[in-house]
Amino acid sequence: MNDLLTRRAVVAGMGVLGLGLLAGCNPARGLDFKYGKNMSNEILGRKFRLKDPQGNERTLSSFYGSMPMIFFGFTQCPAVCPTALARAAQIKKLLKGRDRDLFQVVFITLDPERDTPEVLDAYLKAFDPTFTALTGTPEEIAEVAKEFKVFYEKVPAGDTYTISHSSTSYVYDTRGTLRLSLGHSLNAQECAEDLRTLMEIC
Amino acid sequence: MSMQPIKRGLAVLALMGLALPALAQTTVSDAWVRASVPHQQSTGAFMTLTASSDSKLVGVASPVAKTVQVHEMTMNGDVMGMKEVKTVELPAGKPVSLDPNGYHVMLMGLTQQVKEGEKVPLTLTIEDAKGAKETLDVQAEVRALTAGAGGHDHMHMNH
Repeated sequence: MNDLLTRRAVVAGMGVLGLGLLAGCNPARGLDFKYGKNMSNEILGRKFRLKDPQGNERTLSSFYGSMPMIFFGFTQCPAVCPTALARAAQIKKLLKGRDRDLFQVVFITLDPERDTPEVLDAYLKAFDPTFTALTGTPEEIAEVAKEFKVFYEKVPAGDTYTISHSSTSYVYDTRGTLRLSLGHSLNAQECAEDLRTLMEIC
Repeated sequence: MSMQPIKRGLAVLALMGLALPALAQTTVSDAWVRASVPHQQSTGAFMTLTASSDSKLVGVASPVAKTVQVHEMTMNGDVMGMKEVKTVELPAGKPVSLDPNGYHVMLMGLTQQVKEGEKVPLTLTIEDAKGAKETLDVQAEVRALTAGAGGHDHMHMNH
């Protein structure tokens, strides 16, 4: 135990001296999440390259130094998406100080044809001005969804369509390593608790 | 922006849960519509319906949308599924809630942005067990885009 502590202190010390926040998690310790799933052994979403509403290209490395919580949806969605975004806004309020600064919500649209950059920007900003939306061509979105193993399909509705889709949120550490997945049924308190567990050691 | 005139008295009666004479009565409470952002093409409407005799909701119309449908949201694992339903059963005396976690009204092809604080007129068509139809005019309050699942600021995800 003492040995481990010493080793960890040394590693942490090196991290602080060397790379600061970018040193990231100490993988020696298991992440004990109470509600979400530890995803440390999964590799998802490493290669996406999409655009934010301002037209800037964003990849996972664009979010190094923060802890992005990435999830998928579409703005014509009446139920799950606004609920997930409202939950994200509540989580942010529950986090304090540095934890709150680290938390970065990233919403990837599954409906790039209707979710124009303007609509996405206004929609996300209604929840929190720091939330980021990402979009791309329908082909790029299909590729990214596949990379995240996110299921989605268009469902015809009258002369238009709605979309059925996966609703899990994925949280990465400050170095872009996937750590945690949060199901849609968890409430903001439960999510915030697991995020604090992650942020404590990262 | 002025809404189309509606049968205000009827809506008020319905909202207050008072009986309407000579018909199988259905009352509507807590009707609200989620605000939209400019150029957003659709949004949802939510409410609680209570029928006095076994009935079903068979249609919804609104001047703010080209197409109005009732959708059912289902969760299958982590996949949120959405599909249109033609009717929603309203068992006698049992409040049926149309909320973001189950059945809800979809307003599609919005003709205008719906803004927080405004009222959106909705006309509900209810059919009783004998096939008699009644229509109910409701003024749904527009709540913030960020309004929680229960319509208030907290969320209840599991029913």
